[in-house]
Amino acid sequence: MSRLIPFFAFLALCGLFGFGIWWNSHHDQTAIPSPLIDKPAPEFALPELYDPSKVVTKKDLLGKPYLLNVFASWCVECAVEHPLLEAEGPSLGVELVGYNYKDQPDDAKAWLAQHGNPYQVLMADVSGQTAIDFGVYAAPETFLIDARGVIRYKRIGPFTPEVIEKELKPAIAALARESR
Amino acid sequence: MKRLALLLAIGLLLFTGLAGAQAIEPMPFKDHAQELRFQHLTAQLRCPMCQNETLADSNAPIARDLRHEVFRLMQEGRTDDQIKQFLVARYSDYVLYDPPVNPTTWVLWFGPLLILLAGAVVVVVTIRKRSRSGAPPPAIDHGDDW
Repeated sequence: MSRLIPFFAFLALCGLFGFGIWWNSHHDQTAIPSPLIDKPAPEFALPELYDPSKVVTKKDLLGKPYLLNVFASWCVECAVEHPLLEAEGPSLGVELVGYNYKDQPDDAKAWLAQHGNPYQVLMADVSGQTAIDFGVYAAPETFLIDARGVIRYKRIGPFTPEVIEKELKPAIAALARESR
Repeated sequence: MKRLALLLAIGLLLFTGLAGAQAIEPMPFKDHAQELRFQHLTAQLRCPMCQNETLADSNAPIARDLRHEVFRLMQEGRTDDQIKQFLVARYSDYVLYDPPVNPTTWVLWFGPLLILLAGAVVVVVTIRKRSRSGAPPPAIDHGDDW
């Protein structure tokens, strides 16, 4: 029996390494789980992209759930995600809020003119200062924020049709059930 | 030969030190002590974007922003712990190179120790069994029968 111990130890190691390979290929290694889930979204006051004299604050958006989509014209993956937001956005049942991140306003406007603008509200964070409070470190990132201003779900990286079906829609449905 | 290796090692250390310092853009520090404190602190923090670089070393835009944020917080008179807490609240424990001991990191901290202990138990059990059964110790393998 004791002779078999090295063999079992070897099998255990194979299992461990196999799990490591499986685990690393099945989740995004660059995605850091946000500590802000189920916590109130940070306060913000950001100018609208198309009318910088108007400021959008967290209070303005309270009352109904919304999807805060962090994007930028310099972000390659955002252009991949964008058609999906345009196609799915209207049927999601929540407001789509654009968060233009560390971008030149003119670049952002040109980018939106080219790719389309699915956002009902669109604000610009040119310095990226407020984004630090949201724990944003790249784009695209997307937050689902409920009617009370609490972050309920976060997606790091672009949405895919699969992620929208399996993660986003159930999360939105859960919000709808609560409000009933 | 040994001396050459030593020289190479020192040269490499100096070079990596310089390469690290290049990522830091000049900032209006109050004095040298503050600059040292800034360098020490940012070297303990991990860039969220680029997994294997410190905030001090990384050239990623977010690392630059976070360096400025750390600098701003230092000017506000926050302590190192408060600055770390500020970043952890936004980017999770991930930003710390030295993770805290809590239920989610127990496996990380104590896992290797458990494996070591399991190995020790196996060794002890095997030795006891052998000495009890009075079997002669296995012949020493000099490895020269290949």
